[in-house]
Amino acid sequence: MSVQTTNGLREWQRYDSKQGLLRWTLWLLGVAVFVWCFQKISAGTEWSFVLDAPEQGADIFDRMIPPDWEYARVLGRPLWDTLNMATLGTMGAVIFAVPLAFMAAQNTTPSVRFARPFALFCIVASRSINSVIWALVLVMILGPGVLAGTIAIAFRSIGFIGKLLYEAIEETDHRPVDAIASTGASSGQIIAYGVVPQVTPVFAGIAVFRWDINIRESTILGLVGAGGLGLELNASIGNLDWSRVSVILLAIFATVIVSEWVSARIRKAVT
Amino acid sequence: MAEVAPSVSGRAWTRPPMIASATLRWCILVGTIVYLIAAFITLDVNWQRIAQGWERGQRFLGGFAPPDFVTRGDAIFDGVLESLWMAFAATVVGIILSIPIGVGGARNLVPPPVYIVCRSFMAITRTLPEILVAILFVKLFGFGTFAGFVTLTFATIGYFGKLLAEDIEAANQAPLEAMRAAGASWLQRLNYAVQPLVMPRAIGIAIYRLDMNFRESAVIGIVGAGGIGATLNTAFDRYEFPSAAAILLVIIIIVLGSEYLSAFCRRLVR
Amino acid sequence: MPVLRLEKLLKRYERTGYDALKSISFTVEPGQIVALIGPSGAGKSTLIRCVNRLVEPTSGKVLWGDVDLVGLNSNELRGARRKIGMIFQEFALVDRLSVMENVLSGRLGYVNFWQSLTRRFPQKDIDEAFRLLDRVGLMDHVDKRADKLSGGQRQRVGIARALMQDPDLLLVDEPTASLDPKTSRQIMRLIAELCRERKLTAIINIHDVPLAKMFAERVIGLKDGAVVFDGPADQLAGEVLTRIYGEEDWEEAGQRALMKFVQLGDGGPSVDPTRLAGLR
Repeated sequence: MSVQTTNGLREWQRYDSKQGLLRWTLWLLGVAVFVWCFQKISAGTEWSFVLDAPEQGADIFDRMIPPDWEYARVLGRPLWDTLNMATLGTMGAVIFAVPLAFMAAQNTTPSVRFARPFALFCIVASRSINSVIWALVLVMILGPGVLAGTIAIAFRSIGFIGKLLYEAIEETDHRPVDAIASTGASSGQIIAYGVVPQVTPVFAGIAVFRWDINIRESTILGLVGAGGLGLELNASIGNLDWSRVSVILLAIFATVIVSEWVSARIRKAVT
Repeated sequence: MAEVAPSVSGRAWTRPPMIASATLRWCILVGTIVYLIAAFITLDVNWQRIAQGWERGQRFLGGFAPPDFVTRGDAIFDGVLESLWMAFAATVVGIILSIPIGVGGARNLVPPPVYIVCRSFMAITRTLPEILVAILFVKLFGFGTFAGFVTLTFATIGYFGKLLAEDIEAANQAPLEAMRAAGASWLQRLNYAVQPLVMPRAIGIAIYRLDMNFRESAVIGIVGAGGIGATLNTAFDRYEFPSAAAILLVIIIIVLGSEYLSAFCRRLVR
Repeated sequence: MPVLRLEKLLKRYERTGYDALKSISFTVEPGQIVALIGPSGAGKSTLIRCVNRLVEPTSGKVLWGDVDLVGLNSNELRGARRKIGMIFQEFALVDRLSVMENVLSGRLGYVNFWQSLTRRFPQKDIDEAFRLLDRVGLMDHVDKRADKLSGGQRQRVGIARALMQDPDLLLVDEPTASLDPKTSRQIMRLIAELCRERKLTAIINIHDVPLAKMFAERVIGLKDGAVVFDGPADQLAGEVLTRIYGEEDWEEAGQRALMKFVQLGDGGPSVDPTRLAGLR
């Protein structure tokens, strides 16, 4: 290849003049939008605060070390609550997401005109709203505690599991489904024998994957009052007790890593 | 039906269990039940509080009929704009910063020490939930969009860098070999053998990350990092449910819109 | 046992305006084994799928005795399908279910939903399933997963599933398309034997002319959705074959027809692109 010797020249000739112009305009537009965005941000920023951030950071870091290991003993219960929010929340989500997914999938929906749009709407609404916002709403209604967190996790997960599952249902092989239909099976039996066995492994993978994400999310739901490790974190930050904050951060970090490992193992086993 | 051959008549059949060992099967079953009972007991449901909250819940749902876009219209508009430019700026800066780190995390391009450092940095940025990072940065930089911008940038680096690194590792190795054989320098190899292969998917990921950053900006605003989340939090604090409903609807609509947009862009790039 | 009569059966794909079947009429006597031959894309698959309405015919009648299958509502159709067994081109087994579950799925039309969900089939169904598995030589594989078997074994499971229905009519769609020559012959022999044992009426789609001549008493030749030959198997020679497959090299003709079929892509059975690649 003689490309290196003519590097600049070749690069320049890669697009004809019209294409080149379009590309440059797009780039210019992108840069302009970015500069405008950044000006907006900097206009709303107190730069003196930003400039002394390194000092602040060093100060906080100093207070975080050494971590208050004694405090770790108290974290047992919040950790248990965090696990429960994620696990029960995922289970609850599965109960609603599975029928919704079958209603939303083109090849299994009972009615294209009513059930399908309804199911798709539920899935989209659930997906667009972060579990922290769900928790905010639910804490307001149900009061602070693990219950609100569990339901928030479930609400957010319905859309996630529902979407991935209905896509998997739509991708199933139609030939075995035809074969089951040709035996005179009812539509329920066709789904149970033709579709369900095909999507089971995918479904298990999705559920475990979401459980793993939920562990991470449930560690912080306490920040808005929904129980678990986040609640302790909120209290410690409020009291400016940084040596405790570092313990909680380490606990969150460890929990997330362990759950990621577990989920990866299970997913490898089912597929 | 035809007559039954004696050798097989009356032989029972049940579906073979998924887990062969009966002991293990029972242990898992009992373990699950015990766990579920324990988990439900510790849920600590406060029925009195729920009864009280019920009325508030009804008012919240009532807020959707009809949602009030007008009263807090200016705040909603400002919030959405703030979220949008926060998300955009963070995506741009995040991606620019993630390129060296992503390349550093590709096993086939760099020596092991660089690989380990880059990979662990990305692991940390991905593992810490955005909202925690936001709290930290709000403490450091003060309330407002700058903290939000830095948070989203931080998250983008981890996300984009990891996918970029994996893409580079999975890309066809042959062109890279050819470049090396031709005596190309490290940067030239990057430009000619890696960039063209990775580019199309990278653009798709970038658009998806922009969408994600916008959604996240609705959350980190709750802890003081600006954007639509801050507006939402204020609405909830003041129990202005019709306005809160309006904000939630705006978020849903923008997320939907960006989903269509990103699907469209990805088709365009392909 | 009833007579099967097709009257002016027509299948038109609305989107393309292409007629896959052009007014097909013929009668099959009880107990007769009919081979349906013709190039790929001639409409063989569509034709037998129109009989049990896996593909909805556009117009015409499928008379089974005095019942017109085309006019049945979905409940009556299920009842009719119970008595029509079908064997598929690529076996169409449910891969993740065991051999036994696949065979028992032939009884789904006879048991209620709850029984089928919990796999509690009546003992006489289980007896019959064991008997059939013994007959097709799969007694050692009862609880294996279907995707752990070889091609020939998988088709044997497909045959057992169809016979589990205790059918009067057997529809067989290219049973040997994905099998090697020796296994193809064994499978065809098994199907023919079982049809004679149980005195079944059968329509067999097959593109392999020698196999058709070997195992069927009557052959119907299909070309571009119309019947161009109908007669005893031993009349199948030179001139007739040219009428069915055209003057050109047979393999090439088949490939072009297949391409046309793929481009249609409207409700008809889809064609795996890897198989197309194999043809080239």
